[in-house]
Amino acid sequence: MIPAAFEYEKAGSVEEAVSLLQRFGEDAKILAGGHSLIPLMRLRLAQPSALVDINGVKELNYVRLEGGKLRIGAMTRHVELQNNDLVRQNVPMLAEIADEVGDNQVRNMGTIGGVLAHADSAGDYPTLALMLEAELVTNKSRYQAKDFFKDVFTTAMAADEVLCEVVFAVANGPHKYIKFRRRLFDWAIVGAGAQKLNGGWRIGLTNVGPMPVRATAVEQALASGATPEQAAEHASDGLNPSGDLRASPDYKKHLARVLTKRAIQQAQGA
Amino acid sequence: MKRKVSLTVNGTRREDEVEPRLLLVHYLRDVAGLTGTHIGCDTSQCGACTVLIGDKAVKSCTMFAVQAQDADVQTIEGLAKGDQLHPLQQAFWDEHGLQCGFCTPGFIMAGVYLLSQNPNPTDDEIRKGLEGNLCRCTGYVNIVKAVRTAAKTMGGQTKQPQATAATAGGD
Ligand SMILES: Cc1cc2nc3c(=O)[nH]c(=O)nc-3n(C[C@H](O)[C@H](O)[C@H](O)COP(=O)(O)OP(=O)(O)OC[C@H]3O[C@@H](n4cnc5c(N)ncnc54)[C@H](O)[C@@H]3O)c2cc1C
Ligand code: FES
Ligand code: FES
Repeated sequence: MIPAAFEYEKAGSVEEAVSLLQRFGEDAKILAGGHSLIPLMRLRLAQPSALVDINGVKELNYVRLEGGKLRIGAMTRHVELQNNDLVRQNVPMLAEIADEVGDNQVRNMGTIGGVLAHADSAGDYPTLALMLEAELVTNKSRYQAKDFFKDVFTTAMAADEVLCEVVFAVANGPHKYIKFRRRLFDWAIVGAGAQKLNGGWRIGLTNVGPMPVRATAVEQALASGATPEQAAEHASDGLNPSGDLRASPDYKKHLARVLTKRAIQQAQGA
Repeated sequence: MKRKVSLTVNGTRREDEVEPRLLLVHYLRDVAGLTGTHIGCDTSQCGACTVLIGDKAVKSCTMFAVQAQDADVQTIEGLAKGDQLHPLQQAFWDEHGLQCGFCTPGFIMAGVYLLSQNPNPTDDEIRKGLEGNLCRCTGYVNIVKAVRTAAKTMGGQTKQPQATAATAGGD
């Protein structure tokens, strides 16, 4: 379908993007890789009055290692995360997740900032950001991941706020993210990630609720000596996923347990 | 309000006035008259609309024409040299990599990108490289075979593009 009409401007800098958003008012939206926004516009599920295109904002496209932190510009594309040595060495799970977001064409356009700002419950990076306690930096403030995601498609950002950077502490120990899906390029029906960090485990779940989930009950069970099988039984504690075309709530809870167990075992190299 | 966009399509410079909401695929088909690029879905899933922007494969239904300002776009029409088909086109023909042919332009463009990244892919790498393209007819076996055959005929000719930034979308 053809999207509804909108005004369009390219921004050359974050400052310009913010002032364009303010000029166009609250129905305006940032256009990053377009791979969530444009499909929604084609279905007319989104009808922004204006788009502020930040594809030309060079200052938002970088990967740097500074003071033991990996800093990633919001406009860094999936394909760049996949292939970046700093990412592979310092937060390898991020590179591996990027390699499985959509397909080549999606990865050539879609951005890390776009996934985080869009806050789709099936998005993969929000889970990683939550479990690794990443920091999300905008033109106005800095958020801990746990305070950034508010609901499905909803973040703590205001209409004239631009996500600029994601900051990860180095996490290069044993890890595994498993995405259960029917076709290679599909979104996760359920996803589970396990990362060994500072002697403990971080466990995160994708698409088992409106927002990403940190499975603290599993983390605690592992810390008190449970086996992966025993600990993973807690992966569905407190979950109340909604069913969709591909999975019922019970099936999603089942997947959360099974995938968590496999993620921990595979991270351990078992 | 219409805006001016200037870009290169298959080596030819063009300048047109377009509405911002015009998708690149509609621009290519309806404004530039290049109907080889197909539209198979509304959800950015099928890949029938795949074109190259610079050296990157993108879905031209998931980008606005105004975003292609200054871009170098290549479509299926740009592959053959006169009567001489591109090795991938020839291989799809020889290996029966198509039935109805609706998905074929997208597969071939995705294949061109795949072989530019990885001139000698394994069958698994071919399947992963084409994951963004759907075919309702062939069952994919002959498509994979066609890409394998093309990789052989192109042997040594493919250059490894730099693994850096996607500039698709341009500035
Ligand atoms: C076939 C297909 C399969 C996919 N599979 C997956 C998958 O498995 N996992 C996954 O995580 N994603 C998947 N995606 C989504 C893809 O990763 C998108 O690229 C991503 O969700 C959105 O990023 P974008 O850069 O394209 O953002 P856009 O679509 O441009 O923007 C999305 C939203 O975020 C806002 N926004 C973007 N950037 C900023 C910013 N810097 N500051 C403030 N607001 C901003 C926009 O205004 C818009 O509301 C898939 C997409 C397709 C088409
Ligand atoms: S038309 Fe289906 S992905 Fe573009
Ligand atoms: S040949 Fe018919 S869709 Fe692929």
